[in-house]
Amino acid sequence: MRGAKSAKWVAGAAIIALAATACGGGDSDGDKGNKSSAKGAVNPDGFFSVEVGEPQNPLQPANTMESNGSIVTDAIFSQLVDYDASGKLEMINAESVETTDSKLWTVKLKKDWKFHDGTPVTAESYIKAWNWAANIKNNQTNASWFGDIKGYTDVHPEDAKAKPKSDTMSGLKKVDDYTFTIELNAPLPYFSYKLGYTVFSPLPESFYADPKAAGEKPVGNGAYKFVSWDHKKQIKVERNDDYKGADKAKNGGVIFKNYTTLETAYEDLKSGNVDVLRQIGPKDLPVYRSDLGDRAVDKAYSAIQTIAVAFYTDQWKNIDPKVIQGLSMGIDRDTITKTVLQGTREPATGWVAKGVLGFQPNATGDVTKYDPAKAKQLIKDGGGVPGNKISIQFNADGGHKEWVEAVCNSITQSTGVKCTGDSKADFQADTNARDDKQVKSLYRSGWVLDYPVNANFISDLFRTGAAGNQGDFSNKGLDAEIKKADSAASLDESVAAYQKIEKELVNYMPSIPLWYYKVNAGYSEKVQNVDYAQDGDPILTQIEVKK
Amino acid sequence: MGRYVARRLLQMIPVFLGTTLLIFLMVYTLPGDPVRGLFGDKGADPATLEAMRHKLGLDQPILVQYWDYMKGMILHQDFGDQIASGRPVTDVLGDAFPVTLRLAGMAFVIEIILGIGLGMIAGLRAGRLADNAVLILTLLIISIPVFVLAHIVKSVFADQLGIISPNVSNEATWSELVTPAIVLGSLSLAYVARLTRTTMAENLRSDYMRTAVAKGLPKRRIIGVHLMRNSMIPVITFLGTDLGALMGGAVVTESVFNVKGVGGTIVESITRREGTTLVGLVTILVLVYLFMTLIVDLLYAVLDPRIRYA
Repeated sequence: MRGAKSAKWVAGAAIIALAATACGGGDSDGDKGNKSSAKGAVNPDGFFSVEVGEPQNPLQPANTMESNGSIVTDAIFSQLVDYDASGKLEMINAESVETTDSKLWTVKLKKDWKFHDGTPVTAESYIKAWNWAANIKNNQTNASWFGDIKGYTDVHPEDAKAKPKSDTMSGLKKVDDYTFTIELNAPLPYFSYKLGYTVFSPLPESFYADPKAAGEKPVGNGAYKFVSWDHKKQIKVERNDDYKGADKAKNGGVIFKNYTTLETAYEDLKSGNVDVLRQIGPKDLPVYRSDLGDRAVDKAYSAIQTIAVAFYTDQWKNIDPKVIQGLSMGIDRDTITKTVLQGTREPATGWVAKGVLGFQPNATGDVTKYDPAKAKQLIKDGGGVPGNKISIQFNADGGHKEWVEAVCNSITQSTGVKCTGDSKADFQADTNARDDKQVKSLYRSGWVLDYPVNANFISDLFRTGAAGNQGDFSNKGLDAEIKKADSAASLDESVAAYQKIEKELVNYMPSIPLWYYKVNAGYSEKVQNVDYAQDGDPILTQIEVKK
Repeated sequence: MGRYVARRLLQMIPVFLGTTLLIFLMVYTLPGDPVRGLFGDKGADPATLEAMRHKLGLDQPILVQYWDYMKGMILHQDFGDQIASGRPVTDVLGDAFPVTLRLAGMAFVIEIILGIGLGMIAGLRAGRLADNAVLILTLLIISIPVFVLAHIVKSVFADQLGIISPNVSNEATWSELVTPAIVLGSLSLAYVARLTRTTMAENLRSDYMRTAVAKGLPKRRIIGVHLMRNSMIPVITFLGTDLGALMGGAVVTESVFNVKGVGGTIVESITRREGTTLVGLVTILVLVYLFMTLIVDLLYAVLDPRIRYA
């Protein structure tokens, strides 16, 4: 469920040096190593391999949500826009995306773009693709992303049994072959940022003849062309020489190799059978820095782990936020991230993850600081935890058990509130309990960015009725402020308004922020210039294969 | 004989229906919804969710789902599509089974040759040094869990000595499969060795053996025909059911050595609540079991002419 297609760090060199110095096991070495290897001779047509799992879904852009599929569709499809590392918008397939009132957006396309089958990318390629993806008849898992566009409910009625009234959204209008307009239901200053998400990809005419087959053999407009998909084994893509975007591939192509476990992938990295990893398994985390030296990667990306509160339970229904503040202050984040999580996370000081437009350090004030005395006092002032007992629900198949136990111990020791882990066998059972509102007390929750604007971490999580708001948090005042921030005149004002909201969240405590995620990965001696984007995926087009 | 086989084949039908129904019901009772799982952490759009469930027939009562599934499978050889990928289950099975069949086959051969060989050595020298050595060796193998053994083999031969590559590549060549096959077959190998040893040691003392020796038959014939034929009955019984177990039980070995076979597919189907894929896999495994037990029973008659099926 990793979200957005992320920033391509064009200004690479400086940032890569930074990433290298962030590696443990010899900072200066890391820096030197990177500079010298940057001079190595490069084979511009070389292929390299990346560790992935088998994609869950066919490779249709609007149907791909999980990370194994999205890394492939992102390579094959380009969207209108993209972002740089600071969260600034860059035009990719679009010449310009403009608006005067944040409600009516005009998109002008670059004229020389072509799909991999040679047909031109036109306004029609976008309008038709979006209408198709939003239509409930086509069952695309990401269809709700088009919900901002006027006429969405005509193609995607809320009642699944109702027939769609129309096949097209009235908000999408073609002006000429390379210009179209998007009308939204309501103003949304950061809508252009959403356009960088995979779901807004264009589709070639050939797609509609057989969408299922197209999902097996996708034809896109991106930096890589699809070559083959050997199910459960590998997916191969090659560089698209006709690609007109700025993020042209510096290598011949990518082989996405399937691995059953992260440990086997790591062994293959050491013996040179795979080149780029996205993650290191828990077993190898203590040794990977010494094993890989300056090829070990340790870098923040835009995701956050929280403990969410099930506000629908009797325990939390009428809770004084002070109690939750107290629980938050009873967690020793520094020690847990260093010991149990082996330095793979960084204590959070807010609800918005790093690398996102509008990120502000210390948004929570001192609520995320460890202070047992104050924690006890706050819980007492708030009237105590009902039953003096809490539990944290988590899925046992996701490697969460260790830290949940550590957090529980920390809370019990510092505040005296009894805390236990509530383990669900796997992710399916966990989401099931959350959807059915059966969480007994608290639950593990996480969020990876969909688009790099702070609204994504606030509006999509804490607005009443938002899909990500599974704990039923609801506050009328906050809803009104979110609405106001969404209708701000400009993006900057909207971001600033959300920054203000984030600071106020301390008074409501919709969830307890724990820590920001980091990418802990590595790469082989065969490749260089390996960097990871805000969503934690390697930036494929930049990777260079050594001769 | 022919009637016996026909009766056995007919008996397979209720067993087959029962097992598939059981699997269907078991997957159904697990909490969690395969369609909801596609949407991940971030919450799903209810309308799409419902539309997808309807399209897949998951909103039907479980018995109706089972009926439709069996109808498709028996009448049209259609095992249905995977919920997530939309691929036909037959494709998924076609990918997974050949690899596992090769792996299980190799493990089976290793198990037979080494297991019976060691058992014979121990059985013929019961009570002596060789016997004790085999007993200790098999005890060791039986007491080490498979995943421990797999990791030991990997770290010694791949990481330290560098003789083998740590993982099986996508091609899954025969030479790559040797190591996982040895690991997979090792546990059964120990059982086969012990079974062979015990029955041989017992039969050595029996009357017909004394007669054979008294007749002055050559030693090869005494052991090869008279002793082995009778001693193999319990071993064959074990081997027969074990081939099924090897195919389905390769979960741990397959994941350690990155083999993309049946074991991993079963685990994946369970965690994703892919009922149709799971039933397809299990159906084939059930068939393997049924045919193996049939063959074992028929082999009894070959090995021991006193056993006759009317």
